[in-house]
Amino acid sequence: MKGTRDTHIARVLPPIALFLLILVVWQLATSLRNIPRYLLPGPADVFAALLANVAKLAQATGVTAAGAICGFLLSVFVGTFVAVIFSQSALIRRSCFPYAIFLQTVPIVAVAPLIVLWSGTGFRSVVIVSFIVSLFPVVTNGTAGLTAIDPDLIDLFQLHGASRWQTLVKLRLPSAVPSIVTGARTASGLAVIGTIVGEFFVGYDPSQWFGLGYLIQQASDQLKTDLLFGAVLLSTLLGLVVFLAVGGVGATILRRWDDGTT
Amino acid sequence: MRRIVISRLNLSEASTRLSAARVLCDGVSMVFPSGQTAVASASFGVAAGEFVSLVGPSGCGKSTLLRMIAGLIAPTSGRMLIHDLPAVEARRSERIGFVFQEPRLLPWRSAAHNIRLPLEFDGSARATLDVRVPEALALVGLTGRDAAKTPRMLSGGMRMRVSLARALVTNPDLLLLDEPFGALDDILRQQLNAELVRIWMDQRPTTIFVTHNVAEAVYLSQRILVVTPAPGRIAASVPVPFDYPREPKLRATGEFARCTGEVSDRLRETSR
Repeated sequence: MKGTRDTHIARVLPPIALFLLILVVWQLATSLRNIPRYLLPGPADVFAALLANVAKLAQATGVTAAGAICGFLLSVFVGTFVAVIFSQSALIRRSCFPYAIFLQTVPIVAVAPLIVLWSGTGFRSVVIVSFIVSLFPVVTNGTAGLTAIDPDLIDLFQLHGASRWQTLVKLRLPSAVPSIVTGARTASGLAVIGTIVGEFFVGYDPSQWFGLGYLIQQASDQLKTDLLFGAVLLSTLLGLVVFLAVGGVGATILRRWDDGTT
Repeated sequence: MRRIVISRLNLSEASTRLSAARVLCDGVSMVFPSGQTAVASASFGVAAGEFVSLVGPSGCGKSTLLRMIAGLIAPTSGRMLIHDLPAVEARRSERIGFVFQEPRLLPWRSAAHNIRLPLEFDGSARATLDVRVPEALALVGLTGRDAAKTPRMLSGGMRMRVSLARALVTNPDLLLLDEPFGALDDILRQQLNAELVRIWMDQRPTTIFVTHNVAEAVYLSQRILVVTPAPGRIAASVPVPFDYPREPKLRATGEFARCTGEVSDRLRETSR
């Protein structure tokens, strides 16, 4: 017990120490060399900006978190559904896969005007961007998991006359859960990035609350660099929290998938 | 507790014996699309209720033969018949149990839920599951506590027992085993050999056991079919003269050594 706590401390301590060191060097650099605050605010300035705008930042973080969670859940559900369809035939896979890659390669900035045209600006469009950006890993990992089934188990299901539906529900989908979880973990990070990017391009709607992406843009336009830093910091933390939460849920689910042979 | 369950199963023994499958393999060949010939005009018959082992070197097409008997693949030429029906069709009407080289359990299901899997496909009633699953568990020597465990909580030997129980839960007419105990240590293998003999005597399914272990084949079966190196064909049929039940000490007798010696000689002849 003590041993595991010691290794835990040994793992957590170095990055925290490095973080504190960077803060000190950063603070010293900005105050000693007299760098203008709009170019590079010191940690103290950033902290002050965070405190001064706490309500606004909290609201923006909440809006961004909501957008990211909606985009993420949409990609997990839609992505799994698409993967199930892809898994049903090699012909479907061959026909549709090039278009799935489109999602991965299209610059979202290029599609943003279309999204604004069809869905307007605001929260819904932000979720659409987040969804498009995070969908691909769920589809690819899910398809791989649904199709790479142990041939012995396929034989077993066939031997006992399992229907296509029974094979999907009792074998393919459960076997694919580890791959879907892996895809979801990647998607969770992308969903947060997608939401913030979305807020940049399609997010502003004066009648709605705005998220961190819009706040970053606003702070940048007004040269409120300390606030900009604060918003960037919160975006990073949000990404980290979402990623860790999804990872934790995934690990809990996967505990049941460990058959002890590996 | 176990004895009670087994004696209950004995009541249905007569009917299972009658329905046990008869296997006829007539000039069967299997050429894969790659052009590789796995089996070349193999011919043999297995009587209803018989225990036969297929013995041959690794990669000689034994597993392919077994998959053809199960009706999972059709031979490219020749006839594979179960009760006079092509195996691919017979698969729908016969109850077939199949045990793989690895336990191949579903890790997200408990042992009991793994065992009942084959019954879920034909929409067996809840009551049937409640009777059959404990019967199958008892048959392979697992307790109710083991039944609730997931595969990762079970040892290698226990996982193989679960796999065996899954094959037995449908009360199969035809039991096919593809080197099921190959990965286990020798003591465990001998123990499971003894249990398999007991189960076969109790249920009398037609049993075809694939192995490359000669002693195991002699201990288990009534007859041994020696398969040649790839492409596989049947080189010899060696009867095993021992009565059942077979005791573990049988392995130490001179007669046992003579029988394994004979099968080994045949194996050597085929690979020359």
